Amino acid sequence: MEPTNDQDPNYYHKVVDCQWACPAHTNVPGYIRMIAQGRFDDAYMLNRESNVFPGILGRTCDRPCEPACRRDRVDGQPVAICRLKRVASDLKGDISERLPVIPTEKNGKRIACIGSGPSALTVANDLLPLGYEVVMFEQFAKPGGLMRTNIPEFRLPDHVLEDETQVILDMGVEVRYNTPITSLRSLLGEGFDAIFVGVGAPRGKELDIPGRHDEADSHIFIGIDWLESVAFGHVTSIGSRVLIIGVGNTAMDCCRSSRRLGGTDIKVMARRPREYFKASPWELEDAEEEGVEIIVNHAPKRFVIEDGKLVGMEFEVLEWDPGARQSTVLNSVIIPCDDVILAIGQENAFPWIERDLGMEFGDWDMPVVDEATMQSTLSGVFFGGDAAWGPKNIIWAVAHGHQAAISIHNLCSDVDLNERPPQGMNLVSQKMGMSEWSYHNDYNPSPRQKMSHVELTKRFESLDLEVELGFSLEQTVHEVQRCLNCDVETAFNAPACIECDACIDICPVQCLTITSNGDEADLRARLSAPATNLDQDLYVSAPLPQTGRVMVKDENVCVHCGLCAERCPTAAWDMDLFDLQIPYAASANFIRIGAMSPSGANRGN
Amino acid sequence: MPSITKPLIPLSPLPKNELGLTIRDYEGQMSTLCAGCGHDSVTAAIVHAFWELSTPPHMIAKLSGIGCSSKTPTYFVRGAHGFNSAHGRMVPIATGAIAANRELTYIGISGDGDSLSIGLGHLMHGIRRNVKMVYIIENNGVYGLTKGQMSASADIGSRPKKGTANVLAPIDPVSTALGLGATFIARSFSGDKEQLVPILKAAIAHNGFALIDVISPCVTFNDHEGSTKSYKFMRDHEVKEVETDFVPIRAEIRAKIPADDATEVTMHDGSVVRFRSVPAGYDPHDRMKVEEYIRDRESRGEIVTGLLYVDESAKELHEMNATPTHALAKVAYTALCPGAAELASMQNDFR
Repeated sequence: MEPTNDQDPNYYHKVVDCQWACPAHTNVPGYIRMIAQGRFDDAYMLNRESNVFPGILGRTCDRPCEPACRRDRVDGQPVAICRLKRVASDLKGDISERLPVIPTEKNGKRIACIGSGPSALTVANDLLPLGYEVVMFEQFAKPGGLMRTNIPEFRLPDHVLEDETQVILDMGVEVRYNTPITSLRSLLGEGFDAIFVGVGAPRGKELDIPGRHDEADSHIFIGIDWLESVAFGHVTSIGSRVLIIGVGNTAMDCCRSSRRLGGTDIKVMARRPREYFKASPWELEDAEEEGVEIIVNHAPKRFVIEDGKLVGMEFEVLEWDPGARQSTVLNSVIIPCDDVILAIGQENAFPWIERDLGMEFGDWDMPVVDEATMQSTLSGVFFGGDAAWGPKNIIWAVAHGHQAAISIHNLCSDVDLNERPPQGMNLVSQKMGMSEWSYHNDYNPSPRQKMSHVELTKRFESLDLEVELGFSLEQTVHEVQRCLNCDVETAFNAPACIECDACIDICPVQCLTITSNGDEADLRARLSAPATNLDQDLYVSAPLPQTGRVMVKDENVCVHCGLCAERCPTAAWDMDLFDLQIPYAASANFIRIGAMSPSGANRGN
Repeated sequence: MPSITKPLIPLSPLPKNELGLTIRDYEGQMSTLCAGCGHDSVTAAIVHAFWELSTPPHMIAKLSGIGCSSKTPTYFVRGAHGFNSAHGRMVPIATGAIAANRELTYIGISGDGDSLSIGLGHLMHGIRRNVKMVYIIENNGVYGLTKGQMSASADIGSRPKKGTANVLAPIDPVSTALGLGATFIARSFSGDKEQLVPILKAAIAHNGFALIDVISPCVTFNDHEGSTKSYKFMRDHEVKEVETDFVPIRAEIRAKIPADDATEVTMHDGSVVRFRSVPAGYDPHDRMKVEEYIRDRESRGEIVTGLLYVDESAKELHEMNATPTHALAKVAYTALCPGAAELASMQNDFR
């Protein structure tokens, strides 16, 4: 193999599994160390830089970081990253002085944001400090988009949502509430320099089976619409027996909300076996803890209406082949119910975009959006969040917002949209002395801490009682120490190595080998411990001075304990803090004049 | 000294040996030697050898004298017995222990100071008695604990870090042992575990005194330009013409590994030591030829490594003395202490 280019920010970025997996590339180990040091404000601000809504995401994020976490491969339980994010948010003090300063003199550019959800708020957050004027069009009377309408208050309290949206609105957004956009043409006529579409995926999927549109349809609801009505207080009760069709996260919010609005016998009906559920495992757990029954292998067949009244639903009971591709119908059953909520997915709908404006639409009547620039084929009109490519999640919406803001800034500065500011990195030695590091390098065997919940007896008293209590300080102290500091990198300097084997002997996970070079498959088989996780890179050094062999490191389960560097007599190994420099619209100007490391020509992945 | 103890990481499928133990079960305390010390690599090789042989830790006794090398028994097989004796006196202690309990596997770790200066006399008698033990000399040519004076194994012309080059002729443990009639003589290099681990296994299987001279660089006092016991010097001058494979008895029965044209020596317990890539005419049983070969290489400035000489036919201490076949602790008290009448009759023989 060729020697690894560790000057490419992507190499070490990939070692920080959580940061690599996060769409917004939040510096997770960095903020966890700050929490460990009691620096909650700093931890919050570091989060805010990339993910903008630490308090909201600390409760609602889909957590792509956690399945990626190295700790999961070490002891089977990832660090509770999301919960720690919430700790930073819960314990922070007043951070208002640390927010970006908004220039009183504007740059003369006006941007329209359609929607006030996470992607549009991120665009505003990134552009306002540069002197842009942002006008936000919101169909409802309150901001937040699906964060407000689709996530129940018992998961995301109003004050948290309020805090983090208001911080951005207070930067000087002009919000026009109760103003749904009904025509893109007329908006284009208003002379904005750019338009950002962040309207989400607002249309819940229908289930067109017999009985759906009969006289009883007032007891059949579309999940996201129903949640929205609950959020705005238009719906305050539901029948005692409720069936939820579908088993995604919306279904979980629907069943748990039903439980709080009068439902006592709630069944979530799934077509496929449990391992194919779309809902996050922790949301399934929470629902089941609240007495919701989840029934697998039942496909809806018809609504049963008697005397103009919904009395139940008929399902086909399925048996699936291994892999759950083919099913056979065993029989059918009727399950009685008072209400049915359909939560089988949602899709985009753009009835307000005239099709003669020159905007290209592709598959499923979706606008064609450039994956790097977020621009549609109509110059100056950008998409982000669920509006861009269908339902994803909040953290993706934030990531889209950052990229769209860079594009809008490029557009307004007459820079080619494809000229993306590069990522950079800083690598700084953490050595404080002999066998002394600026980070806590010992492996802590603590198990993952469990979130405590409000007692079941009290939980259903009101819709807005937050169920998760957050980590206690004691839990926090244990959980932060579980982080393996994957951003403190084992940096190797081949010319200094005398091949004494000290690092290889001391490594607690046998991830180091000095051997003759070979191709990757060959090397992977010849290491101290075979490198079988192909998702994890091998580090390969330049030829070593004494024998011409190479140092190979399998990054897979390195616990970043620094013992290799402590036992190295020549300091060929060092522990270097990797700090990914992520470009944002506000940093784009100075990046372009060459302040970045020349190596980082790659955009985030 | 590292800031932390090598952590136990619960990675699921850590390989286990026949006893169900992982390699971590054969480790000891954290080393307090200098970072990069060759001795730590020897320690790691010992850990590997015992783990791979599935030797029960409680059936191992580790002994040492004084010196950096003699600290290392603390760093491997924490479950073993041990005795850290006075300077140079490891052999008499080992001889006594072995006389009392022949059932353990004995491994002694010494250095060039402990073995070739203060303890040379004892080493010679250990060889003479063919005490059944592994005897490792971690040889770095320098007195590390006393801050870097040239030792008895330092080569003429080898330069210390400060001061003048060595003018005294070195005592070479390999040729000394050959001359004394040792039955197992090997030389290896701490930076080459591929060679050292099989040699260690063969030494453990050997029926007698197994001497391994391991060149083990002192990174602090003897790893500089001008040293003849540095990592760099060894890499430039080591000749590995005598390569060694160790085939445990069980593996041989299972696998029937083809022998090629290798020279094979069957050890006392039935395991096989296989010599590969040996120079034409090299006979690891022929003391004279081995000595000649080593001297010839030496005169060309080369350091020959590998298992150089082995004699499995010689009797070891217990066989020579016709002692009981089991540990004395297992010998019945009446046999062990047969009483005054027996003593009187025994003394009579000497009158």
